Amino acid sequence: MSGGVRIASPVYGLMAEFETPTDVLVAAKKAFAEGYRNMDAYSPQPVHGLAEAIGFKKNRVALVCLVGGLLGLATGLGLQEWINLSAYPLNIGGRPFNSWPSFIIVCFELTILFGGLSACIGMFAMNGLPMPYHPVFNVPEFASATRDRFFLCIESVDPKFDMTATRSFLESLAPASIAEVPY
Amino acid sequence: MNPTRHIDETQVPPVSHQVPVLAPGHTFETITDKISSIVLTDGISLGWLALLVISAGVAGLLAIAATYLLYKGVGIWGINIPIGWGFAIVNFVWWIGIGHAGTLISAILLLLKQSWRNSINRFAEAMTLFAVMCAGLFPVLHTGRPWLAYWLFPYPNTMQVWPQFRSPLVWDVFAVSTYFTISLIFWYTGLVPDLGTLRDSAKNKVARFVYGVLSLGWRGSARHWSRYETAYLLLAGLSTPLVLSVHTVVSFDFAVGIVPGWHTTIFPPYFVAGAIYSGFAMVLVLAIPIRAAYNLRDFITDRHLENCAKFMLATGLIVSYGYIIEAFTAWYGGNRYEINMFWNRMTGTYAPFYWGLIFCNIGFVNILWWPKIRKSPVALFFVSVIILIAMWLERFVIVVISLQKDFLISSWGEYIPTRWDWATYIGTLGFFFAAFLLFIRVLPMISIFEMRDLLPASRPHEKVEVHS
Repeated sequence: MSGGVRIASPVYGLMAEFETPTDVLVAAKKAFAEGYRNMDAYSPQPVHGLAEAIGFKKNRVALVCLVGGLLGLATGLGLQEWINLSAYPLNIGGRPFNSWPSFIIVCFELTILFGGLSACIGMFAMNGLPMPYHPVFNVPEFASATRDRFFLCIESVDPKFDMTATRSFLESLAPASIAEVPY
Repeated sequence: MNPTRHIDETQVPPVSHQVPVLAPGHTFETITDKISSIVLTDGISLGWLALLVISAGVAGLLAIAATYLLYKGVGIWGINIPIGWGFAIVNFVWWIGIGHAGTLISAILLLLKQSWRNSINRFAEAMTLFAVMCAGLFPVLHTGRPWLAYWLFPYPNTMQVWPQFRSPLVWDVFAVSTYFTISLIFWYTGLVPDLGTLRDSAKNKVARFVYGVLSLGWRGSARHWSRYETAYLLLAGLSTPLVLSVHTVVSFDFAVGIVPGWHTTIFPPYFVAGAIYSGFAMVLVLAIPIRAAYNLRDFITDRHLENCAKFMLATGLIVSYGYIIEAFTAWYGGNRYEINMFWNRMTGTYAPFYWGLIFCNIGFVNILWWPKIRKSPVALFFVSVIILIAMWLERFVIVVISLQKDFLISSWGEYIPTRWDWATYIGTLGFFFAAFLLFIRVLPMISIFEMRDLLPASRPHEKVEVHS
């Protein structure tokens, strides 16, 4: 790409296939060292260190979960205090209207409920799932990405991406196969 | 590529010689194929079909009993005043207790890095879900007007009435519904990568479409895995206090009341231990036939069965301690109503139930000290069935005997479960097994990606350094 003008590339990227977690991890680190930034690695099970190797640092799932949990706590406490102090005060065995120790359990349960739902929904949302279509699925070999193979895909939006140069770089990593990923 | 390293990594023999949680000789591919082939095969085995027909037929009893209940009311059950909490609450506590082992296996053992859990967590979580469904049904039917059960939740209504938040029964609504929701999303989150595997391996077009929709387009991106692992760990961390709280809150239903035999501080820990105890028994009752029928001995090894048996022994002994302390407190406390209640337990109408449970849970469970029993699947299966029965008796003793004779002689009574009580209970067993049979046919009963993770080959070599 020259002159800062992005020409729509006919391909999504170039994808290399590897047989072991170690190979894909080495490849990812080499690609990052080479200067590639717009890339992703795919594996059938989590590979320790692979996300960091492709330059992924910001994982905000824990923050979302914390905020959700605190919101649940506030909901539980607010709901019970409002009901017992204002909306529907009941005299139960002469206990004070604000008998907060009795409210702990519902606060706890709502903390867990909101926290868990935020962690789960937040994780899928930040991952951009559900996403029924994605270009990587166009590569026939990619079917084994959920079985026993590991893939590294350098995307054409990467400023350093060049069909020939990137292909020869990937070839230098000794992959099992290389494929163009069409849109 | 270095060919020797390739052989090294994919044909690694056992995970460890001391801990055979996965039989030797497996690769990423064989694990994937073995587990997914159970689901992806086109045929239906006759044995499976026969069992499904039988369990679904038994579940039909539940449908009939529930329909008749809606027509007639709770009077068709044996409950009366003073014993208003018969089978419905006995079975509620029993079922929800069974669910606890599933969450313990999936959440607590994950946090404790017990990798052997990877082969049993999926179906144990499914067991939890179905057990909680059965459990939840009982209090809802017990309300007498199940179509108004939503009154239990706080919602703005024209009567401007709100729940009474100082009542353990309201706490229970929150505890059980949270427990079900969190168990469901934990189970589904765990399933998503495996659904992706099934989508990519399925030959059948309909199957590929259904698994494709359910997998949400999972593609195993490294960024996704990173967030996924965090979320999974957080869900485990949230489920851990949750599972301990659920049976604690169930025990508050009793312990907060002043009824003799219920009003005791030992209930929460003793209920939680009892729940895990019966839950592991149900795990074994399901795991032992499954691993034989589907030839899964490579994944669910004798080591797994033995670990479950050890859990049962440990929690069984905690439960025994609970029984002993209950009796001791009744005697040492000197409260005449408590003493009378205990005397009634040991000599009254339902004394055989009490002695049966004491025999099984204090005496018989000690058979698990014997390694030969823990290593024999057949023996373990029968021990587990006996434990499940004993834990059901325990709940019967707690619920019914305490209500039977309380403070006023004029209000003493008897409780005889009717055929509708039995039909409802046996019907839930049918529903549970039918749901479980459907589950093992359409979803991977063992977590495929977590099993692949057990292989040493899934861990990259320590020294992967690249310099630019």
